[in-house]
Amino acid sequence: MRALFLVLMLALAGGLHAQTAVPTEDDPLTAKREVDLASKLRCLVCQNQSIADSHAGLAVDLRRQIREQIAAGKSDTEIVNFMTDRYGDFVLYEPPFKATTLLLWLGPLLLLGLGAVVVVRVIRRRKQAAPPLSNDERARAAALLGGKESGQ
Amino acid sequence: MKKAAFYLIPLAAFVILAVFLLRGLWLNPREVPSPLIGKAAPVFERPTLNKPGLQFASKEMLGQVWVFNVWASWCTPCRQEHPLWNELAAKKLVPIIGMNYKDDAGAARKWLTDLGDPYTLTIVDGDGRRGIDYGVYGVPETFIIDKQGLIRHKHIGPVTPEAMEKKIVPLVRELQKS
Repeated sequence: MRALFLVLMLALAGGLHAQTAVPTEDDPLTAKREVDLASKLRCLVCQNQSIADSHAGLAVDLRRQIREQIAAGKSDTEIVNFMTDRYGDFVLYEPPFKATTLLLWLGPLLLLGLGAVVVVRVIRRRKQAAPPLSNDERARAAALLGGKESGQ
Repeated sequence: MKKAAFYLIPLAAFVILAVFLLRGLWLNPREVPSPLIGKAAPVFERPTLNKPGLQFASKEMLGQVWVFNVWASWCTPCRQEHPLWNELAAKKLVPIIGMNYKDDAGAARKWLTDLGDPYTLTIVDGDGRRGIDYGVYGVPETFIIDKQGLIRHKHIGPVTPEAMEKKIVPLVRELQKS
């Protein structure tokens, strides 16, 4: 009985997570699209929040704008374009891939490549640093190892 | 010697990173470049603050350079920059059109009576939609619009005496010549 209760509690806990500002909307699909779009857009007043999270006046206005445009049958791309036409790419949490953002997108790959080159070079150098043993050394090593074995 | 150069790499990487971070200290993240520079100023036709029956359309300004200043009575930095607009208006250099952004009309009229009205006229943007069209996110904001109706400059936040003397007035003069 207690185990069952525990399992039930754990199963329910999965559904309990922080919710962003949920719009008062009758149509759940429209509401979901609004929240999805609003989460992708940065609030310009409080720049570390999305307009879905923010309670700034502008964020409220922009959410209204999204809601109205969804109601007017606009596509997600059209709504995002509406925002970038006015506020620039800065409002996008995921910046578009273009000439000015090339370094931003490819920079990490570039660094990874650079790191790989350095690692390969270091490993190669280490291998070279330890030259193969000469016959004399081999014999000495065998004697030492043999002595240790007999000592036990 | 070669080995020494190898150990200098982390130092070089650090210096490059430090330069970028140091530069970041003097950048203002609140100043987001507007994509509207060089583009046609969004058109509007709105009631005016002083004569609510009178509509004003932005296309009436075509053919002349004008300054478009977004303000509100609840905005403290607007109060700070206001004397500069009064000074500019006194010079009769350029028409200044105001946009009263998300404000109470009564409070806005009182504000102009108390502090002086530098505006040729002020349009009312009660719900902030015209503000969104202009990409306004931090009042006050100021736009300079040329004879063709293109936005040539945007100033975010309160105008400083320096910005007025070194940027706004020279740009207006230059645009008026062309």
